[in-house]
Order: sequence, then structure tokens, then C-alpha cells
Amino acid sequence: MKHTLSVLVENKAGVLARVAGLFSRRGFNIDSLAVGPTEDPALSRMTIVVDAEEHSLEQVTKQLHKLINVIKISDLDPRNSVGRELLLIKVKASADNRAEIIEIADIFRSNIVDVSRASLTLEVTGTADKLAAIEDLLRPYGITELARTGKIALSRGAKEE
Amino acid sequence: MKITGAEALLRSLENEGVDILFGIPGGVLLPVYEALYGHKKIRHILMRHEQCAAHAADGYARATGKVGVCLATSGPGATNLVTGIANAYMDSIPMVAITGQVATPVIGTDAFQEADITGITLPIVKHSYLVKDVRDLPRVIKEAFYIASTGRPGPVLIDIPKDVAMAEIDYKYPETVDLPGYKPTIKGHPKQVKQAAQTIIASRRPLIYCGGGVVGADASSDLQALAELAQIPVTTTLLGIGSIPGDHKLNLGMLGMHGTWYANRAISETDLIIALGVRFDDRVTGKLAEFAPGIKVIHADIDPAEIGKNVPAKIPIVGDAKAVIRALTDEVKKLAEKDGIDRKPWLAQIDKWRKAHPLAYRKDDDILRPQYVVEQISALSAGKDTILTTGVGQNQMWAAQYFNARRPRTFISSGGLGTMGFGLPSAIGAQFGKADSTVWDIDGDGSFQMVSQDLATAVINRLPINIAILNNGFLGMVRQWQELFHGHKYSHSCLMQDYTCPPACSSPTEDCPRYRPDFVKLAEAYGAKGVRVTKPAEVAPAIKAAIKDPAVVLIDFIVNREEKVFPMVAPGAAITEMLEAEME
Repeated sequence: MKHTLSVLVENKAGVLARVAGLFSRRGFNIDSLAVGPTEDPALSRMTIVVDAEEHSLEQVTKQLHKLINVIKISDLDPRNSVGRELLLIKVKASADNRAEIIEIADIFRSNIVDVSRASLTLEVTGTADKLAAIEDLLRPYGITELARTGKIALSRGAKEE
Repeated sequence: MKITGAEALLRSLENEGVDILFGIPGGVLLPVYEALYGHKKIRHILMRHEQCAAHAADGYARATGKVGVCLATSGPGATNLVTGIANAYMDSIPMVAITGQVATPVIGTDAFQEADITGITLPIVKHSYLVKDVRDLPRVIKEAFYIASTGRPGPVLIDIPKDVAMAEIDYKYPETVDLPGYKPTIKGHPKQVKQAAQTIIASRRPLIYCGGGVVGADASSDLQALAELAQIPVTTTLLGIGSIPGDHKLNLGMLGMHGTWYANRAISETDLIIALGVRFDDRVTGKLAEFAPGIKVIHADIDPAEIGKNVPAKIPIVGDAKAVIRALTDEVKKLAEKDGIDRKPWLAQIDKWRKAHPLAYRKDDDILRPQYVVEQISALSAGKDTILTTGVGQNQMWAAQYFNARRPRTFISSGGLGTMGFGLPSAIGAQFGKADSTVWDIDGDGSFQMVSQDLATAVINRLPINIAILNNGFLGMVRQWQELFHGHKYSHSCLMQDYTCPPACSSPTEDCPRYRPDFVKLAEAYGAKGVRVTKPAEVAPAIKAAIKDPAVVLIDFIVNREEKVFPMVAPGAAITEMLEAEME
């Protein structure tokens, strides 16, 4: 089962290597990992999506807690959190089909961030499902390049979970 | 007044109560060694290999309970520490390893003797620091000692670039640490403790299984009090040896792959395992799926990640062994006063097993057997302050089985990592920590050869260490496995083998060289005393003489080459399936 771990860490050199190294050393797979600063410049938030059973999730959480630079770990409940991912996707576009692609982009409320004579680059935000759907729809036109950020997430409500 | 980073390092170490360092100088460490020159409070022991510096710091920590400190230069000096750091990590030993690093402007340029040691050691340290600003140095050292010695202890590495050691600061040592992500739990949860006590009282056949956590927390007397109060037999891991006296009537000795028959039987027939400061290692459990089926487990450990990792715990207790055992004893005492405790049938059953399947080896001939050597060292050490260190392999298992460790911190051995060569350097560290103890290194000829250069360190420092090499000319444990599980294919486990030998040799002959190397001459070359013993009758006199002798004495015991360690649980087998010694 997929779990989204929101991990608050000290914003120091080497912390990402410690976290990533722990996952590989203990044999846990990371689906995605996104990291960036928080409202407090001394802290960073890592959002880690893992595919793990209950027992190994418990192990990975406990092992993460042992890292001195890890301050807090929450396993975000999908019903009680919001998660988003950003996708940049470059599609082949000719004069004939450019309008069609723009229409698809509109349906997904995505932005066109770059245009050239032969291509369009779209910026899409959403859940993994939504991103998979637009990728699927754009594939017939020819995807030349694609980049995803990995999921970031926060718990719902006023208080931090 | 401004002082250099190197001076600040030494001042900080002094503030942490450090009076001894094990190390070797090198290019980028020269500022530190300049500050060490003629230092009055900190003694530096010049080792002959950085791995030995780490093991010596480790042995010092195990013998004293204090943090051991080792020092190595950048690049190869630092990478040579790696095995020693990994060893301390696996056995949860408090250690601070200080390495020199190339100057900050050239980090990352493949400078001379540059190695990314914080990166290399990432998976084998409790924590590590690369100090890029001299103003961080006192705080880092304060934190490093705090992290290494609290919670589940472990090694912390501090990498100090040369320019940081030379830069100047206004020195001020912090009084406290501020680590928001590090808050070890010491006290066990009272509700869990209460429930555990009730379960202990209600059980009919309880068994305490304890390990390094009890020794590390200095909780041995508390453990004994609990065992005696509730009349619970105790089995220990390799690292738990000494947490209860070897000859205590409730002690079943070590369990696991080379544990006693009765300890392994007891842990399979108990109705309650009280696991204290242990981690259910595979050398203990054997085949996990068949280990203690359906048996209730109380698991107390300071590291929550160990609880439920290998074996599910019915009652988990996170906390320091001493605090948990004391709380548990208080609760058990209250309940015992009300209900009383009767373990007679269970203890009688264990006694029956003990009598039917004792630790045994052949004594009906005149062949010198390694078990006898250890037994004699143990017997002749009775009443004396003795610390034993070991190599790894057969020598280590015989030492574990036949040495009666009467107190904690007197049996020092590489458990988790199984590091051959640990014996001599850890003996050096232990002897520096415990000047009044007689220190014995029980070693194998294979293990000893991995570190023999540090005989120099022992001799130069006039350490009265005794070394007992159980010399069978083999990598004995490898050969034992080849004999039992690999169809007698003795591939590269004979240390006598040379270019004239047939590629497939199954047994040594009379023509084989007997001394390779000649350990007596090796000892003499270093200025130690070398003695060779080949007959059982020579054993006791040689041991007695060595104990009296203030010099380093190496006794080369030429033991029965094909002797094996029994009992043995085959790798991957259930713990109840034990191979026993052949008595004829």
C-alpha cells in the first residue's frame, strides 16, 4: 500500500543523503521524494511516497526517527490531507493539432509555458491520477520530454497533524 | 584570548573528560598533533594501524563504560577506521572518531589524501559531522559525545578540515546541547511495565534473554536482583556475557548458534521470553519462522526500532535497561508478596537438561584441545580481576563457552560485525582503561595475523597483556563450515597452504609446515615474550607464568587442528536442531 510520509528535517548539509541512504540500506523503495524549505528557514520538509506493508512502514518510520536531523514524521492519511504534484510535459505540436492540444490543456486547467514551431510545453498540477490521465491523452501527439516533481502534501485543517 | 581549532578540539575533549586518544598522525592532522605535543592532560597512544586505533577505543569503551576516542588522518587513515567504526556501530559502543580532512577550499577536488569519510561512513555511524566553520567545533564535540553515549550508544564521526584546525576562535564550551530531533526515552512506560510484571508472575516457565543493552546500561546487578527475586533463569547473548556471573545457578550461558544445549532448549520451551537489551539477531534465533513459536515476548530496549523488528512483542517497553529492570523489579516485588512465586518444576526441568547435555569436549587422551586452554585460563583467573578479549571464529566461541565471566565488562568480543583481528587492539584499549586488571586476548592464529603489528603498541607501552593463540593453522570456523556444510571442500582455509600444495587438499600431513608464522619469534621480534605450548600438561604452568609476568606474553598453543565448536545450530536450521560434540 502506498503511504505519504511528511518528514520535517533540519535544513543542514547531508540530510537528504542520510534519509535516502537509509531507505536504500534497509531495502525500502521510494516512489517519490520531494524536498524544499518550510516556513521556518531552519527546517525542510521532505514528502516521501513509499509502497510498503504495515510492518515495513513501521520499521522505516522508526529507523527514520533515529536520524538525529529528523524532527518529525507524519504518515498522512489521504482523506485528511491534500497532495499535489507538478508535471512539465513537452509535446510535438504542428499547426494542425496545436488547437487540439491546447483544448486538452484547458480541460486539465494546465498552463502552456513554452511554445515553439514544433512543440508545446504544458505545466500541470494535480494528483498522480490526474497527471497520468493527461500524459495518456497527450501520448498520441508524441511526448518528447517530461519531468515530474514528486508529490508534496500537507495535512488538512488549521493545525499541523 | 583566541586559540586555534586544534587547541579548541583538545580543550573540548578535556571538557568531556577524555584523557586518552588512540591514533596515528598524518598530513592534515599536523595542527592537531602540534597542539598535542607535550600535552599534560591528554595521553595519545600511537597505534600501528588505524583499524587498531578504532578497536582500541572500542575496547576501552567496553571495559570502562566511557566514550572511546580514536584519531586518524584524512584519506587512507580515515578509511582504515571504517571497519572499527562499523564494529562499534553493530555492537552499540560509544565512540567518537575524529578524522582530519583536506582544507575546505579543496574539498571535492580529489586533493591528495582526500576521501569523503562522512559519506563513506554514513550507514555505520549513529551520527557524523563535517566541521566547515571553526566556530561550530566546540558545539559539535559536545553534541558528538552526548549522542555517542546516550540512548542506544554508537559511534559518532567528526571530520575536521586542516584549515578549520588552524583557524582561530574565542573558545567557549557550551553547557547544554540542543538537538530537537534527538530525545531518547529512558523510563519505560509504567502501564507496560505493570503489565509485564503481571505476565511474569502469571507465567510458569519464564526465561530472561539479555544482551549488550544490559551491560551497556550497567544494569547487571539489577538484572541479577530481578532474576533472583522472581526465580527466572537467564540466558545471554555473546555481548551479554558477564551481565550475570558465569557460574550463577540461574545462568544458562549463551544461547544461539553455539549456545548451550539447555539454553536453546529453554528458549523453545519457555512460556514467556523476557528480552532485555537484545535484538533477536539471526545468530541467536536460528530459523526465524521456527523460533519460539507461539511464545509470549516481553521486549524491552532503548531503541524502539529493535522492538518488533524480527520477532513480534506482546509487551513492548521502550527504555533504558537499568530503568526498566528496576521498575519491573519493583512491580514484581509487590505482586510476589501477594501471590508468591514457585518456579521449582521449571528450574528442576532445566537442571535435568543441564545435566543431560552439558558443554563437553574429549578429555580422555593427551591431545591439546582449545577448550581446555580456555578452561584453564578461566580457572587460574578465579579471584583475580580479569578481562578477556577475543578474536572472531572458533577461538571466540570457545572463549564464550568456557570462560567464566564473573562480572560485566570483562568479556569483550566483536558480536554483530564479527571482526577478525578485534582481540589484540581491544585488549590494548581495555588494559589502558583498566590498568589493574589482567587482560587476556584469546585469539585465533588467523584473527591475530590481521593485527599482529600492534604487538608493538602493547610492548612499547609496557602493557601486561597476555595473548593466548589457539593455533590450529586454519581459518578454523570457515573450515568447520566447509567440513559440515560444504562437502569437505577445504577451499583456502588452511593457513599452512603454499605453492607446493595440491590444489585440492583435504587433510594436512606430517610434512606440512607447523609454524606459519612462528609466533614465538614474532613475539620476540617485537620485544614480547613468546612461549610455545604443545601438551596439556604445559598449559597451566604457562598460564600461571604469564599472569605473573609484567611483560606482554604471547603463548602459542598448538591445538588439535580439527577440533570443532559444539553444540552448533546449522545455518538456517531451527534453534532446537543442535549438532552435539562427538565424544569418541
